Amino acid sequence: MAQNEQLCTFFLDRHFFGVPVQQVQEVIRYQEMTRVPLVPQVVRGLINLRGQIVTAIDLRRRLGMPERPPDQLPMNVVVRTDDGALSLLVDEIGDVIEVEEKTFEQPPETLKGLARDVIRGVHKLPERLLLLLDTERVVNVAEPGPIAEDRKA
Amino acid sequence: MSESDIVKDFLVESYENLDRLDRDLVGLEKNPQDKDALAGVFRTIHTIKGTCGFLGFNKLEKVAHVGENLLTLLRDGKLTLNPEITTALLGMVDAVRQVLKVIESTGNDGEADYPELRETLTRLQTSGPSATESSAVPRPQEAGAAAKPAASADDSPSMAAKAEETLANDKTKKDSGAGETAGKVGKPEETPAAPAIQESRSRDAAPETIRVGVNLLDKLMTLVGELVLARNQLLQFANSTENTGLQAVSQRMNLIATELQEEVMKTRMQPIGNIWGQFPRTVRDVALNCGKQVSIEMEGKETELDKTIIEAIKDPLAHLVRNSVDHGIELPEDRVKAGKNPTGRLILRAFHEGGQVNIEITDDGAGLKLERIRQKAVDRGVITAEQAARMTEREIFNLIFLPGFSTAQKVTNVSGRGVGMDVVKTNVEKIGGTVDVQSTAGRGTTVRVKIPLTLAIIPALVVTCGGDRYAIPQVSLLELVRLEADQTRTGIEMVHGVPVYRLRGRLLPLVYLRRELQLAGDDPQTQKAAAINIVVLQADGRQFGLVVDEINDTEEIVVKPLGKQLKGVNTFAGATIMGDGKVALILDALGLAQRANVISEVHDRSVTEKERPVEKAAGNRQTLLLFQPGEDGRMAIPLSLVARLEEFARNAVETTGHQQVVQYRGQIMPLIHLSDVVELPEGGKLQGSGKATKDPLSPLQVVVYAEQGRSVGLVVERILDIVEEDLVLERPAERAGILGSAVVQQRVTDLLDVQGVVRTANPGFFKETVAP
Repeated sequence: MAQNEQLCTFFLDRHFFGVPVQQVQEVIRYQEMTRVPLVPQVVRGLINLRGQIVTAIDLRRRLGMPERPPDQLPMNVVVRTDDGALSLLVDEIGDVIEVEEKTFEQPPETLKGLARDVIRGVHKLPERLLLLLDTERVVNVAEPGPIAEDRKA
Repeated sequence: MSESDIVKDFLVESYENLDRLDRDLVGLEKNPQDKDALAGVFRTIHTIKGTCGFLGFNKLEKVAHVGENLLTLLRDGKLTLNPEITTALLGMVDAVRQVLKVIESTGNDGEADYPELRETLTRLQTSGPSATESSAVPRPQEAGAAAKPAASADDSPSMAAKAEETLANDKTKKDSGAGETAGKVGKPEETPAAPAIQESRSRDAAPETIRVGVNLLDKLMTLVGELVLARNQLLQFANSTENTGLQAVSQRMNLIATELQEEVMKTRMQPIGNIWGQFPRTVRDVALNCGKQVSIEMEGKETELDKTIIEAIKDPLAHLVRNSVDHGIELPEDRVKAGKNPTGRLILRAFHEGGQVNIEITDDGAGLKLERIRQKAVDRGVITAEQAARMTEREIFNLIFLPGFSTAQKVTNVSGRGVGMDVVKTNVEKIGGTVDVQSTAGRGTTVRVKIPLTLAIIPALVVTCGGDRYAIPQVSLLELVRLEADQTRTGIEMVHGVPVYRLRGRLLPLVYLRRELQLAGDDPQTQKAAAINIVVLQADGRQFGLVVDEINDTEEIVVKPLGKQLKGVNTFAGATIMGDGKVALILDALGLAQRANVISEVHDRSVTEKERPVEKAAGNRQTLLLFQPGEDGRMAIPLSLVARLEEFARNAVETTGHQQVVQYRGQIMPLIHLSDVVELPEGGKLQGSGKATKDPLSPLQVVVYAEQGRSVGLVVERILDIVEEDLVLERPAERAGILGSAVVQQRVTDLLDVQGVVRTANPGFFKETVAP
């Protein structure tokens, strides 16, 4: 990891997250989405980003967090991946901050479940903890099958 | 495509390839174990060699050939790359480049044939660790080279003569053209024209065209899409203000944006005929080379493909064609022995099916040798003997697409090095397509390349279901059926709980989109009171009815791929952006049918269905569109002549000269009021053309007839029905616009002479379509 890294930060259900700023293409307001049937629920829909069709992934659902209150519109953090642009839906956007390597630590062993998969580590900031997301992993959504079945049930 | 065009393309392409070779070879030297890079270098040389073989540049071919032999040894691991070999290979690249320069300026490949270089390359082949084995390889080569001087001596002068001939032809053409323009001015001056031609001739290989990256075109397309959306918003805004200046500007902007969009779209679409154009020549040369007689036939030349796809399949198709001629089709005497016509047939077909473009290359040759492929695969350790025994015929045939697999007994300079087929497969799969081979011993081989329509612009029907819009590609669409509320109770019947509809006497299984997509809300079926919209689709030869909430309209859509998170769902073929900027999913008829089990369960039914058209044809059975041309009367036209049925608001009709027209799909479509042009039995005209007498609010009913991309609208009073009937024309026509009369549904019905009517009312229609 680089000595000093700039992170684009955002909030999800009071938690503080960050992704490397180089991976972020842009941050945009809530966009109207077209829902996609038959796919895992983490895929919230498709948005039209200046003529490009971008899949929007609800990070709350991806991390197994409680649903966002219906009156709260998410923001789009558009990240670049090997498979093109992808939008991460977050609650609120934070500042771009610079972190040092020495504040970084692996996630605790006790971290389990969906989050274990996508949280690369923790930066211990003076006032709070910043969870570093692994964007490549975030976009690897589980196989469509079982979750779609759940919804049907 | 003329010969000089092919040469020009070859030059442009080869320069690019050579630049890449330089890079790859140097990279390879640093990392000699990189198998992929080596394979890449090998393919590039193979392509250059192959192409110049067909264009008759024998010297160039010879140089590339020795290089390729050396690379074969490297690829097979019999030699390892060392600086000496790299230098020699780079020397070859330089030599090829020099020859290309000569070709560019003179039209033939010059005198130099680089004996030292070839000697070095040949010597290097034998200096490897396994000298005994590798020395066997160049031998057929030397034999070939020995045999060749005679051939090349014959060939090259004729080739040069031909090149000169075309050059001369071009010149005369240009001269006469110049003469014409000069003639108009008044002074037929020959002298200034000639140097100008000289100049344009001597210029580089790419004078009229610029090669533009497809990425750039993609970006342009996206931007134009955005521009169109912005324009829509601007128009809305401008119309809501009183500012005439703004309105004028926005109108102008509207026109420009529309035109720009069309042009940008055009830059991406090309008929497949563009790349097929070079195949007759290829086939002729290969056939001549191996002493065979082959005729080539092409179907579906006009099938349009996206530029990206065209580029990507060009080389694979060329390989396949060469392979078919070289290995597929037998020598004339063998063909006669087998009781076939000594001239082999090679058939190229292209068509759209199931949202994909299919390209088939069929030969009527000897077919693939199942046992030989099986044996070879086992020998090479590709599969175990046990696996081989278990594999189906088809699986074994498809082994030929594995790298380094060639069953050709002798290595010819056309194919048989085991590079062609794996290149084909890699390139086709790169664009998300599939390759499949089928073969019958003694009867021939068919290679089928299926390419997705990704990136293509297609017409699609937009429907609504559960509040969302979905696009259905027109290719899988057969017809639309609407059942009014009172018909739904009787119209839809159940076969053991499965809903079906009787469509012209045949059972059509119904699939409810809402249920298949697991959308919330009630099936339209449960709310018996509502009308039902059935979209009749075809997938894999089976028909089924898709029940949707609402049918909106047809639109030309740009197919965009879905992200990998959504690739697993084969119900969707992609997504598109609608006019209002929102995203809509594109339904895949095949995936939908599979999901709803339409296809797997009733597989045997499709067989019976395929047989039907035959008996239909025997009884002259036709599907007819019945309509009422004016206040009275009853007429029919074959449904096959009907492009579409449309409704236009009466205020959409504009007039140019005496011709009524409407704007339709970006074209100006002339309208013909049938009641004006069709003679009644008494010789008078029909009453009430529907122009003035009718309620101005009711829309015009228009039958769209299209030919060669141009449409004409036939205005009728009312569409009555679509029926399937044995058509027996009873009274031959004595009236204008009528072919004759027949009994349809127990009533006498006139059959409209569509082409006659169009010709009479709009004489320019056919003429203009012929003109370039």
